[in-house]
Amino acid sequence: MMKPTLTSSLYGLSRRQLLKAGGAAVLTTPFASRAWAATTEINMLAWYGHGEPDMVAEYEAANNVKFVPKYYAGGDNMLALIAQSPPGTYDLILSDGEFVQQLNLAGYIEEMDPADYPLDDMLHEDFKQFPGHWADGKMYSMMLRGGHLGVSYNKNSVTAEEAASYECFWKPELAGKVGHFDWHLPTLGMMSLYNGNGAGLWDLDDAKWSAVQETTMGLRKQVGGFFDYGGTFNGLKNGEMQAMVGIGDWITGVLEKDGAPVASVIPKEGGIQFTESYSIGKGSEKTAEVKKFIQHMMSPAGQVKSAQMAAYPGFCVTKAGRAALIEADLAEATRSHQIDGDPQDPITLINEGHIHYRDIPQQQGLEDWNDFWSEYKSA
Amino acid sequence: MSSNPDSRPNLYALTWRLPIIFWQLIFFVGPVLFMVAMSFFLVKNYRMTEAFDFVNWTRMLTRGFFWDSYWYTVVIATASTVCAMCIAFPAAFALAFRASESTRRWAIFLLIIPFFTSYLVRTFSWFVILSESGVVNAMLGYIGLGPYTMLNTNFGTLVGYMTLTLPLVVILQTVTMANIDKNLIEAARNLGCSAFRTIWQVIIPLSKTGLIIAAIFCFILSFGDFVAPFYLGGSQEPTLPILILDTTKSGQQWPRAAVVAIMMMVTLFAIAFTGIALAYRKGKGAK
Repeated sequence: MMKPTLTSSLYGLSRRQLLKAGGAAVLTTPFASRAWAATTEINMLAWYGHGEPDMVAEYEAANNVKFVPKYYAGGDNMLALIAQSPPGTYDLILSDGEFVQQLNLAGYIEEMDPADYPLDDMLHEDFKQFPGHWADGKMYSMMLRGGHLGVSYNKNSVTAEEAASYECFWKPELAGKVGHFDWHLPTLGMMSLYNGNGAGLWDLDDAKWSAVQETTMGLRKQVGGFFDYGGTFNGLKNGEMQAMVGIGDWITGVLEKDGAPVASVIPKEGGIQFTESYSIGKGSEKTAEVKKFIQHMMSPAGQVKSAQMAAYPGFCVTKAGRAALIEADLAEATRSHQIDGDPQDPITLINEGHIHYRDIPQQQGLEDWNDFWSEYKSA
Repeated sequence: MSSNPDSRPNLYALTWRLPIIFWQLIFFVGPVLFMVAMSFFLVKNYRMTEAFDFVNWTRMLTRGFFWDSYWYTVVIATASTVCAMCIAFPAAFALAFRASESTRRWAIFLLIIPFFTSYLVRTFSWFVILSESGVVNAMLGYIGLGPYTMLNTNFGTLVGYMTLTLPLVVILQTVTMANIDKNLIEAARNLGCSAFRTIWQVIIPLSKTGLIIAAIFCFILSFGDFVAPFYLGGSQEPTLPILILDTTKSGQQWPRAAVVAIMMMVTLFAIAFTGIALAYRKGKGAK
C-alpha cells in the first residue's frame, strides 16, 4: 500500500494545488475582513443606557450596524462634548428637550423631514411641535420619550398623602435623609414650583429668584447627600436616603421593579417633565442609517423597548407605542401609569396643567444657578 | 593653561539627568503653564476662547462657597493625615521592632496588595459595610446599639481617605523605623528611659524625616481625592476636587476649574516645601 504524501494526499490534492489554495486563501483574507468590517458604525451621543445591548443589540444584528455610544450627564456636558469635537463626530444625538434649541442655534444638528416620523400619532398635541424642536417651520429633533420629576420617596417613611406636596421634604423625621440628584436644574425647578411659581417656574425675576434661593437654603438642614446617577440608586436602595429631590420614576421605577419600597408622584404644586429627543448630527455621513434607527425607535416596538429600558424607564410618546406596551407588558404599563384613565397618567397630568416642561432659566444664566448650587452644597 | 575642571558642566552627569528634566518639562511644567494660561481664558458657547481676563479669578476667589470648600478640604485632609499617622504608627512600630524580618517582608507585601485593585472598587465596597443596613450596624445591633449613619458623613469621607492612604503611610513609617539603629534604642532603655519616653525622644526624632514624608503624602493624596468625599461623604460640603467637577459640569467652565486647581497646587506646594524643610532641618547640636 502506498503511503500518502503531500504530492498525493488522502484529499487528492497535489502540492501545486495545495499551494494555489493556500495562496488564494491568503490573498482573499483582506477582502473577507473587509466584508466583516462593512458593518456601519453609528456614533451615538446619549444619556447612559441608550446604547446598551437591551436597547440596540437586536437592531444591530438585524441591520448590520454597530452603535458606538458616548455617554454624558446633563445638557451642558453634551453641548461641550459636541463643541469640542470635529463636525460629523456624532451621527446620532439624544438630547434633553430644552437643549435642542441650543444644538440647533450652534448648527450641530441636521434638519429632519417631518414626513419620516409618526407625528400624527403623538399622544399629546404639544409633542408634535415640541418647544425648541422646530425653528422657522423646520423640524430638528424627534421626541422619543419623556418622564416626570416630582417627589420620590420611601413608602416606609413617607405616606402617599405626605408625598402629595414638596412640603414632605421638610418633615422633621427626614432630617439627614433627604438626598439630591446633583444637578441644580431639576431641584431648583421644584423649589420654584413649591414657591407657587407654576408655569413661570423658569422665568424668575430677582425677587422670585431670591425667594427660590431662600426656600432651597431652608431645605439644607434636611439634606443627607448629593449624588450622581449611581449614588442616587444606592442611596434609595440601601435606605440611607428616604426621599430624593430632583428625580422621578426614571430612578424609582428601576428600584420599584426590583422590589424596593419606593415611589414617585407628582405633587399638588406640579412636576417637571424631562424630554428626550433624537437629532441627526450635522456633517454625519450616515444620515440614512440614523434616520432608519430613529424611525425604528418611534415604531411601536421601539417605543416598548424605550419604555422598558433597563437603565431608566421613560413613557411612550406615541399612541401606537402605548398600545403596544399595554399589550406586551401590562405590568410595566400599569406601574408607570401609562393607562388611559389612570389619574397619574403622564398625559392626563400634562392636560391638567400639573406638568411643566423642563427648561433653562430665563432671566438668570445657567452659571448663576450653578453658583448658587455650589453655595447651597457648601452651606 | 588648563581650565579649572570644576567650573565646567559635567556633561556625563547632565546626560543622565536629561530624561527626568525632559519628563518634568513635558508632563509637569508644560501642563501647569497651560493651566495658568487657561485660567485667564473665557468660555463662549461652551467653547474655550483664548483671552487674558481676570474674571475667572475674581469670580471664584470672591465667592464664599470657594473659601468654604477650601477650608473644609484643608481641615478634612489634615484630619485624615492625623488619623492615618496615629493609626499607622503602632502597626509600623510593631512591624519595625517586634516582627521578624520575614514577617515584616510579608506584611509590606500584604500592604501593597490593596494597590493592585481599583481604589473606586475598594471605596464602593464600603457601602456594604457602612450603610445603615450594613455589616457594622448589624454587628452593633447585636449589642443593642445603632443603627448609626456612617455613609454621607465626614466619618465616611475619612474612611475613604484611610482606604487610600493608610497602607502607604504604614509602609513608609515601617521602612523608616526599621532603619533606626537598634543600639540607640537599647542604649536609651539601659539608661533608664521609659518605653514611652524612648518612643518620644529617640524613635520619633530619629524617624522624623520618614514620618514627615509619610504625612505629606497622606495630606497630598487626601487633599486631591475626589472619590472618598463624593461617594462616601455624599458630597456634603464639597471638597475642592468636587468643586472642580461642579464647575466643569455646568457651563463647562474649565478656566474657573483651572483657578481652583491652581489654588490647590499652591497650597500643596506650600505644605510640601514646609514639610520637607522641617524634615531635613538639623536639630540642636547637629553637625
